[in-house]
Amino acid sequence: MTTALDATSVSIEPFGIGRKIRRRLEEIGIRGVAVTAGVFVVLSLTFVAMDGLKLYWQRFLDGLANGFIYAAVALALVLIYKATGIINFAQGSMAMFFTFIAWVLSRQQSWPVWLAILTAMLLSSVFASGFERVFIRPFDPANHLPITIVTIALLSLIDGTAIYVWFADPKAFPSPFPSKPRQDYVDIFGARVFYATLGIWITVILMTIGVTLLLNRTKIGLAFRAVSSNLESSRLVGVNVGRTLQFGWALAAAIGTLAGCLVLSDSRTYLEPSFMAKSLVFAFAAATIGGLDSLVGAVVGGLLVGQMQTMIGGYVHFIGSDLVLATTLAIIIIVLLVRPSGLFGKVRVERV
Amino acid sequence: MSLLEIGGLTASYGPVQVLHGIDLHVEEGEVAVVLGANGAGKTTTIRSICQMVSTKGSITFQGQSLTGKSTSEIARMGVAHVPQGRGTFADLTVVENLEVGAFRRKEKNFSSDYDFWFGIFPRLAERRAQLAGSLSGGEQQMLAVARAMMSKPTLLLLDEPSLGLAPIIVQDLFQRLRTIKDEQGVTMLVVEQNASLAFSIANRAYVLEAGAIALSGSADELKNDDAVRKAYLGY
Repeated sequence: MTTALDATSVSIEPFGIGRKIRRRLEEIGIRGVAVTAGVFVVLSLTFVAMDGLKLYWQRFLDGLANGFIYAAVALALVLIYKATGIINFAQGSMAMFFTFIAWVLSRQQSWPVWLAILTAMLLSSVFASGFERVFIRPFDPANHLPITIVTIALLSLIDGTAIYVWFADPKAFPSPFPSKPRQDYVDIFGARVFYATLGIWITVILMTIGVTLLLNRTKIGLAFRAVSSNLESSRLVGVNVGRTLQFGWALAAAIGTLAGCLVLSDSRTYLEPSFMAKSLVFAFAAATIGGLDSLVGAVVGGLLVGQMQTMIGGYVHFIGSDLVLATTLAIIIIVLLVRPSGLFGKVRVERV
Repeated sequence: MSLLEIGGLTASYGPVQVLHGIDLHVEEGEVAVVLGANGAGKTTTIRSICQMVSTKGSITFQGQSLTGKSTSEIARMGVAHVPQGRGTFADLTVVENLEVGAFRRKEKNFSSDYDFWFGIFPRLAERRAQLAGSLSGGEQQMLAVARAMMSKPTLLLLDEPSLGLAPIIVQDLFQRLRTIKDEQGVTMLVVEQNASLAFSIANRAYVLEAGAIALSGSADELKNDDAVRKAYLGY
């Protein structure tokens, strides 16, 4: 009987191992990645030729810091999208609100800043769990539009509340990273990298590793990936879908809050109720480029958008920093026209 | 008391009623099959048991009523369901699919279970680290059966396991289902269009027509029934 099965498998894959490897590479979108990397290298060489290597290197490292933040927010968006098929439009507002909580704890209650951030992350998870239970779970998870509208309602609610409670004037957020004046940077091959920037890199990398381990090494993580992959089958094997999605919301909220606090650890940005708006748009862009259902894509997309923002703003003078957002979005539209599922997104093929 | 007892079951999708009062029971350790043409309500019957459609009437499993329970609760009670179209977790690897299948179990390490099912389905062993979405239809069906069995179910529901598979693969699959039946002693309820295959493993059979049970009895009785022979076996 096994021989019979082997015979059929041969007819399914008539071109043998070479084709198999190629198909696998196509699955992970290697061509899209290669083209993107190629364009990036060519543009980088052009920029180096324009203003020299030193400036390029400095901008590259600056772009990386923004990129890591976009990656974090995109990760939160993708987590929810993967599991539920909806975009949580309130992601940025939730992050903003609980960054305010971290600010209240550290500035007004004088808690150590990291403790304040961790507490705010935890509180945001609790809030997101409750919100999921009360406002998301009653809806049919297969019907995306009502849930999406609920997230937009949440966005308005949180934004309004934040303005009501804390007003719209900007506040300084205490940096969680060491920042002594004049000695607050390290030198990496001639470029200045501020401790805050370095801190953002390390924090986001550690957070990404943590999320990866949580999803791949724990039972709830496996349940989460199962629900993301096939909702109905998850129910049929006894996964509690509601509680699993709740976990996803909680995790995404904590990531978002951390990202919010990181945005402010860069001393140029102040805390006010709309401070996440720009990061959220860039993170949407990052998630879209990466492929909305890919966690790897979210991180790569975030780094890419960070580079786009810095490089376009820095080198293309007629665009400058005012039109960066518009230009980035234009590039994203072009990417999506060529590759609708994003760089790492899955092109769904149903076998029958 | 039967392991599964269904009485006066009706089910509807919105305003359209599909089942019109079905009575059916499955005894512990036996294989029951539900035969019927397209649209007779076979899949709806099996989905009713897992409460994936809205139903009226009684469904009791091990003396406990299933009506009003959630699908995942029913799965945790020991009812495994291989849905039509296999329900593969395409983004998980073959091994992870098996691990998810064991979700209701409390243990942490399932490696001996994996080895056992890879012994039954050697094709899956070769592909254990591959994403399940890249398997062929037949392999996915084997994976779906193994995944369901990983939960050590009391009752295994199979929804048209032969659908869309080449005849030679279907033969092989049913032979392995027979092995599973004999060695694992799991009770099965199989919905099938392919009557001769179904009779090859069945102890009890039901014939469903237009949402009602038209005939029922032991598999041997029904196999030799003239009407069944003409309509489903073709001789």
